[in-house]
Amino acid sequence: MPLNESWQTAEVPGPKKASLIIKPDIADAMIRRAKHPIMIVGHGIIEYEVEGLKLIDYLIELAKKSHIPVVVTASTNREFLNRGFSPAALMPAVDIGNRLTDPTWKGFDGKDAYDLAIFVGLPYYMEWTILSGLKHFAPNLKTMTLDCVYQPNASWSFPNSTIKDWVVNLKGIVDGLGD
Amino acid sequence: MSLLSRKGVNLSIKELDSDIAHFRDISISIGSIRHDTWQEPMGPTPFPTLSTLRAWDHTLLARYKPFYLPFCDLCCLCTYGKCDLTNHKRGACGITMAAQQSRTVLIAACIGAATHIGHARELLTYLIEKFGRDLPVNVGVGVEVEAPVTRLVCGIRPQTLGDLEPVLDYCENQVTQLLAVTHTGQEGSSLDFESKVFHAGMIDQVGMEVADIAQISALGFPKADPESPLADLGLGTVDVKKPVILVIGHNVTPSAGIINYLRKEGILSEVEVTGICCTALDITRYSSRAKVIGPISWQLRYIRSGVPDVIVIDEQCVRADTLQEAARVRTPLIATSEKNCLGLPDRTHDSIDDIVSDFVDGSVPGALILDPEKAGEVAARTARLVAPKRKKQGVEPSKEELARLVKKCTQCMLCRRACPNDLPIAQAIKAAAGGNNDLLDELYDDCVGCGRCESACTQKLPVHSMIVAAADQKTRNESYCIRTGRGPIQDTEIRKVGGPIVLGEIPGIVAFVGCANYPKGSREVAEMCSEFAKRRYIVCTSGCSAMSAGMYRDEEGKTVYERYSGVFEAGGVVNVGSCVSNAHIAGAAIKIASIFARRPLRGNYEEIADYVYNRVGAVGVAWGAMSQKAAAIAAGFWRLGIPVVVGPHGTKYRRMLLGRSDKNEDWYVYDARSGEKVYGGPVPEHLFFAAETKEEAMVMVAKLTMRPNDTSKGRANKLANYIDLHKRLVGGIPPDVHLFVRNPADIPLTMRDEVTTHLKQHDWKEQPIPDPTLLPRLIHKKRV
Repeated sequence: MPLNESWQTAEVPGPKKASLIIKPDIADAMIRRAKHPIMIVGHGIIEYEVEGLKLIDYLIELAKKSHIPVVVTASTNREFLNRGFSPAALMPAVDIGNRLTDPTWKGFDGKDAYDLAIFVGLPYYMEWTILSGLKHFAPNLKTMTLDCVYQPNASWSFPNSTIKDWVVNLKGIVDGLGD
Repeated sequence: MSLLSRKGVNLSIKELDSDIAHFRDISISIGSIRHDTWQEPMGPTPFPTLSTLRAWDHTLLARYKPFYLPFCDLCCLCTYGKCDLTNHKRGACGITMAAQQSRTVLIAACIGAATHIGHARELLTYLIEKFGRDLPVNVGVGVEVEAPVTRLVCGIRPQTLGDLEPVLDYCENQVTQLLAVTHTGQEGSSLDFESKVFHAGMIDQVGMEVADIAQISALGFPKADPESPLADLGLGTVDVKKPVILVIGHNVTPSAGIINYLRKEGILSEVEVTGICCTALDITRYSSRAKVIGPISWQLRYIRSGVPDVIVIDEQCVRADTLQEAARVRTPLIATSEKNCLGLPDRTHDSIDDIVSDFVDGSVPGALILDPEKAGEVAARTARLVAPKRKKQGVEPSKEELARLVKKCTQCMLCRRACPNDLPIAQAIKAAAGGNNDLLDELYDDCVGCGRCESACTQKLPVHSMIVAAADQKTRNESYCIRTGRGPIQDTEIRKVGGPIVLGEIPGIVAFVGCANYPKGSREVAEMCSEFAKRRYIVCTSGCSAMSAGMYRDEEGKTVYERYSGVFEAGGVVNVGSCVSNAHIAGAAIKIASIFARRPLRGNYEEIADYVYNRVGAVGVAWGAMSQKAAAIAAGFWRLGIPVVVGPHGTKYRRMLLGRSDKNEDWYVYDARSGEKVYGGPVPEHLFFAAETKEEAMVMVAKLTMRPNDTSKGRANKLANYIDLHKRLVGGIPPDVHLFVRNPADIPLTMRDEVTTHLKQHDWKEQPIPDPTLLPRLIHKKRV
């Protein structure tokens, strides 16, 4: 399977495409470099489970280690609450996407505009369009997707990969952040 | 004032001397001239042009700024291009990415509006030819305001079919002007493009209204009848022992031709007339013996089943490969619209016997017949003759063939990557190769029937048919019912519910409209309809969504149409009809303003829209919106101040129109009593919103029914639904609930403790309830 082709074959954006995250260290470096990151988690993440471990658990660990606030969309909230993790905000995906295009928005903590938005778990085509909106209308924001499919409109994206590789990558990011 | 048809001539002579005599004050009228007896004074904006309502549009757009979601980095519309618009680059013509997105939306809205208006024109011309220009517009007892959208926009009251012609003249003119705007080097402002999108939507509403009131008046459809008959719905309702005709599209006239012939010959009960898409809905309005198979996504599976013996297509939403698919199962195809000729020979003037004979001996796959009555007779006669020969042979694989086919899959994943819904097709085929068909069977529920999986397959597997074959038991069990489209809402119904809606005792009107590009199948529409009806909202349905709403049964075995009344009342499920019947939903909101609140209607768009926006808690849901027509329909609701929620595929419409609840300065309204600008709260919060899941959509719908005018009792009712749905579907009390509580009386009684705690945590302050308007000219205006 081609690594840096849009997962949905026809969703071809144009000349500006995401750089590949070929190893978890790159994602770690992006996270470390960010001054004010945020993570947006869609409902799709709930569906995935590998060897008895839900992928949402990796995200919770990642959020805790990196101190990145999590915004949950749709009905993802309950799964986080069930795990004793309170998201920073509940907000529909298009709503948070819209706010991220506003350079004057100071974020949920009122401190500053976000400089890195990490997306995971939205329907592929919906994440594609929202990332396109941010690519074109949020010039000061870097975007990264942690999904296992290539999202060409992000600044950084993993390549198309298997679910097992996805777990390895997520685990690698978490491990790379240290304790 | 008089209405003059475009073919009429009016000649007045004050004084004339001739060899024969001396004449004074002669008035000669040739053509269709009708004295207008509508006493209401003309409002400020009859027949608005592109910029007439621009100020209103910009008022809305100041609140609901576009969040652009480009579908492509480029502009490809002229030979300067392709132009790369990334990184804030401008195109060779100077256009920005934002303007290019709005321009694309305008093109889509123009296509949608032109499609409805073109449909209306073809229909009206045919009906006038058949029934005459003077046939009265009659859409039902108890409907005095027969054409609220036309009255509002054009400032005229159509009384006959002939009166509808100048209305369409106006629509056609406006769509031409709007399309011209999209030429290279015209408009440069994204917001002015957006204003024109709203204009296209409003014009679309007029065109739809003309189409539907014309066919209701002339073809004997149910006339605002809350108890319109139930019709059969689903593949399982078809008696396959009979000859079967399938009609697909939106223009009912050829389908009516079929029914006319069968009635004339006394053989209506001997032939199954079945339909897909809006033609299906309209043919059941013409004869409730006809059957609806399902939304547009049922085209491939039904044709390939081999059950239809003849296929008749008209216009809109017909698959472009219908002729090829029909040929595979040796089903003759009759095309009946100039808009969709499919390369077929024009046999309009051939003898019926010759055409039928050619179909029966199989020498031609199809014919173009541009005469609805003739097409009807050809279809009916052909179906009866070919049915015994065809024996309903389909091309879907048997269980044995399926078992053989699944083993050919190489797991390249291209089927999944081509699927609009990213369905795990390869995974399901792999399981089937191991002897387990359950996953394939499950895919059937979520499949939109586009067939892209087959085009992508390197092994040329009939993937879609394999899914249908695995689910053959489900297709056989598709046996439901739908209330036939009733058309408009009665004035008397409006008088009964106007108060409770505006006061909030009825929490809102939720209209499920549009196509079937659902993220997770039809069931979600049925579930949403049922939930809101149960909660005593007024639920409206139309088009493919009306079918989807009926395609599931509750625990007692009832569809929503059997469970709930068809009355426009709290807890009613009101199927207005086909795509063009959507105008009646807008019409109902307009009538609440004009009949219940007695706001002047005639050519008075801004004031009525301001009323609807601030007081009528209506929300549209186009869960599977796919088409350009859906874009136009939504735009018509936006200009009227009615928010629209779409499914996740709706983000492909290039932009959302979203409010910012965190920006208090955006939510000020004029208090009409004092003229002061006061905070009205973020209601409705968004104008065009794509939800990620059904659950998110339902919570958002409940939120979007709130209006600044809500009484405390009404707001408490709306909040109770919003909070309850949020707790159940998302988890916990909504984090923004403090934004919607204006005073303690707004708090739902049963939720007082938790809401009060929340308010304390959010530094909540009491707010006055205004008499809201966005129009300064309505301040202090006393009405008698």
